[in-house]
Amino acid sequence: MTPRVLLIEDEPNITEAIRFILSRDGCEVVTLADGLGAVQAVRKDVPDLLILDLMLPGVSGLDILVQLCADPETALLPVLMLTAKGQGRDREAAERAGANHFMTKPFSNDDMRAAVRALTGR
Amino acid sequence: MPFNLLVLSCLAYVVFLFAVAWWAERRAARGRLGWLQSPLIYTLSLSIYCTAWTFYGAVGYAARSGLEFLTIYLGPTIVFVGWWWMLRKLVRIGRRQGVTSIADLLSSRFGKSNLLGVIVTVIAVVAATPYIALQLQSVTLSFSVFASPTDEGLAPPGTEATAIWVATGLAIFTILFGTRNLDAKEQHHGIVTAIAVEAVVKLVALIAVGVFVVWGLADGPFDMKARIDASSIADWNLQPGRWAGLMFASGAAVICLPRMFQVMVVENADERHLSTASWAFPLYLFAMSLFIVPIAVMGLERLPAGSNADMFVLTLPLAEGQGTLAMLAFLGGFSSATSMVIVESIALATMVSNHIVMPVWLRLRPAKGMSGDVRRLVLLARRISIAVVLGLGYAYYRKSGGSATLAAIGLIAFAGVAQFLPAMVFGLFWRGATRVGAVMGLSIGFVIWAYTLFLPSFGPDAVIPAQVFAEGPWGLDWLRPRALFGVGAMDPLIHALFWSMTLNTAAFLIGSLFTFPGPVERMQGAAFVHVFDTAAANPRGWQRGVAEPEDLLVMSQRIMGDEDALAFFEAEAKDQGKAGYLPDPSPLFMARLERRLAGSVGAATAHAMMSQLAGRATVTVEDLMAVASESAQIMEYSARLESQQAELTRTARALREANDKLTQLSVQKDAFLSQISHELRTPMTSIRAFSEILTEGDLPAPMVAHYGRIIHDEARRLTRLLDDLLDLSVLENGTVQLNLGLTNLSQMIDRALASASHTKPERSFTIHRDLPMENIFLRTDADRLVQVFINLISNARKYCDSPTPELRISVRQKGGRVTVDFVDNGSGIPQDSQALIFEKFARLTDQTRAGGAGLGLAICREVMANLGGTITYLPGQGGAAFRVAVPLRLEQQVA
Repeated sequence: MTPRVLLIEDEPNITEAIRFILSRDGCEVVTLADGLGAVQAVRKDVPDLLILDLMLPGVSGLDILVQLCADPETALLPVLMLTAKGQGRDREAAERAGANHFMTKPFSNDDMRAAVRALTGR
Repeated sequence: MPFNLLVLSCLAYVVFLFAVAWWAERRAARGRLGWLQSPLIYTLSLSIYCTAWTFYGAVGYAARSGLEFLTIYLGPTIVFVGWWWMLRKLVRIGRRQGVTSIADLLSSRFGKSNLLGVIVTVIAVVAATPYIALQLQSVTLSFSVFASPTDEGLAPPGTEATAIWVATGLAIFTILFGTRNLDAKEQHHGIVTAIAVEAVVKLVALIAVGVFVVWGLADGPFDMKARIDASSIADWNLQPGRWAGLMFASGAAVICLPRMFQVMVVENADERHLSTASWAFPLYLFAMSLFIVPIAVMGLERLPAGSNADMFVLTLPLAEGQGTLAMLAFLGGFSSATSMVIVESIALATMVSNHIVMPVWLRLRPAKGMSGDVRRLVLLARRISIAVVLGLGYAYYRKSGGSATLAAIGLIAFAGVAQFLPAMVFGLFWRGATRVGAVMGLSIGFVIWAYTLFLPSFGPDAVIPAQVFAEGPWGLDWLRPRALFGVGAMDPLIHALFWSMTLNTAAFLIGSLFTFPGPVERMQGAAFVHVFDTAAANPRGWQRGVAEPEDLLVMSQRIMGDEDALAFFEAEAKDQGKAGYLPDPSPLFMARLERRLAGSVGAATAHAMMSQLAGRATVTVEDLMAVASESAQIMEYSARLESQQAELTRTARALREANDKLTQLSVQKDAFLSQISHELRTPMTSIRAFSEILTEGDLPAPMVAHYGRIIHDEARRLTRLLDDLLDLSVLENGTVQLNLGLTNLSQMIDRALASASHTKPERSFTIHRDLPMENIFLRTDADRLVQVFINLISNARKYCDSPTPELRISVRQKGGRVTVDFVDNGSGIPQDSQALIFEKFARLTDQTRAGGAGLGLAICREVMANLGGTITYLPGQGGAAFRVAVPLRLEQQVA
């Protein structure tokens, strides 16, 4: 079964890169460019993995994460947080909020692939 | 007369004196002093001025130097007759301040300074030493003269042995007399009475010898006068300088000698006694001097040449076979010497114990300072001091060889104690006299006296080497002890007196003028100088119209400060129904004003000041002004303190604000760095991801080209971001170099439009311009201004969300300023965001479409600040509207 990955990222070039990497690795990649409709999108069709950028226009990635963890339907959804700020306290905040993995931009494509594989149980 | 008989009669005489003293003290203890407190006793006690020197030495002095001996009597006479008001002041102060000695007086006057007490004590002890030696010498001489001619029984001891016995006897006698108990006021009624008796004895003895000479040896006064005219004494010639100097020295001595101060001030029971003494004491001196010349003339005539003239009073009756008269003369001389030694050593012992022993003891054992031990300690200290003082006198007698004439020794002591005079006189009459001045004057005077007179009196090579006398110390000619500063033609005594007194006074004045008295000093100064003024007690309450309101106002302003005084006076005038600020000096107003002033300067001062202005002068105007300016100084000081306080508060607030600002800046800096990190990492992420994809290979050519372009675009974005950051940093630091020049505004807008057309070239934009208005030459940095224009036009191209985007550029000139407005037809910037757009990284919409990092408007704001202009957002213009304002002519760089 092909794992479905939801990517919420506001940088189109990064979105394109991740989509290319994961598609080639056998994932179905759905994308959103901002956080405004993110929670509804997840609830409507819960993906196997959520890749979430921390800094998004409209709503912060952390807020989305907190909302998802509070909802029993989505609480067990594996989440990979991405951030470009790379500060220790962002990682802590993300892990406290319930992120399963945390990656700092820029990342290596191998790391991305490995993390997604681990989180989707392959 | 047999020596042992002589000693016996001396002892009998002393026992008699002791009985008199004991009896007087008994009466004093019972409070029945009666006639013992009469002015006569006081006057007679002052006769301790006449010591063995005047009893024996005056005759010798007359025999050698003619009438010059009179100066020793004239000085005190002038002081008592002409200056008795000063003595009265001294006595009044002494009684009011409970003064115990001259050292106490000076110490008390200059702020109760212990240092001064020590200095005065030391000078007094040193100066008294030759004087006491003089008494020892005269008594010893008289013993040897009296005992040797008819030596039958006990062999008389040598003069040295006699002297030491005399010294010991006098010490024991004085200790028994003077230190039997301790009196708070240091008054010794017994001693004063005994001294009065001795005064009678020496006067009677001298007059008896004189009468014997005039009527026994000569044939009455006329014959005597003829003999005087025939003698060498008649040939004396007057030396004005020496006379003036000697009169000055003796006049000073009569006030400053410790024993004179003791009987005149300390033992004084009633101030009115002084007015009796002011004529009676000169009369006593006159009686003492009356027969000096006849005795001297007869002695020179009758006695063999080479006889000691100092002993004529004794040797003349002896030579004429008048044993009883000689005995009387001997007792007279003995009286003179003993009374002087007793009082002098008691006075000195008081000073030593009060100013040297007690302070040292109190410092060493402060805990027991107030215990009963003190009485015993003081008595012991005084007894030892008496022994030491007499011992010093004896040592001086031995050291100086006992050969000098009596008068010469006495004058050394006179010149020594005269050093107290400047400090005393100025201290009594000048409030500006200070402790530093007194210390300087006394020290310098003492040193010069010691160097020019006291130490040389031991003879060449005794203390000062003979070479120093001849050539000065270290060969410094102008420092010769007998010719200071090259003034050598003077009599040594006058020379010493002149230099010591001149430099003493000068040092005192300089020290006083250049230092400011401390609080205690000022208080004591006022108490001394105005001792007569404060006594007058004023009835309280005020009468109408006694003071001028203007004067009261001026005084009040000085005390209360201008504002308060005016306010108070105005309120009072209003109370009285008067306009202006000068109320009638009604009793009610005066009383209120006094109460008000008392709040500032104290009740007594306030009353004194009001009294002054109301015509009831009790203090001098000078004092009032001094008090007032002191008060003004205090107010000024407190005002200064207040302003310092306010400044401190201001500084603290400024610091707090600065700290807040720094904290805020630090937070901003962290946020900024975090933003930069984000802005840098974002393009890097794309670059890294796609470059890894490309290296993995296995891609169709169109995708390789596409990904390559993405990498290229993101790399350019990075470069732009770094350029913007550097630009912003330069602009914010104010280190930007402006390239000023005249440029046409229209051309600048052309350039900006051309550059901005690269942004979103696919969108077609309608630009509205007003070309005639644009035709202005601006003096500015054209490149920088164009940079701002490009930014605004690019933003419009990026963010204007109208389907048919338009941009209107309108120019207006007003005064020295030109405004350029950029207004588009989009939806504009939401009101709550308008305040943020000029901040760094204040990107409002999805920036990816525009490709900016959110630094553009922040850079524009900094550029405009550097160009002396502004950039603002204009709300309510339909679309996004920015206004750029620049000076028409920018003259210099605005940081």
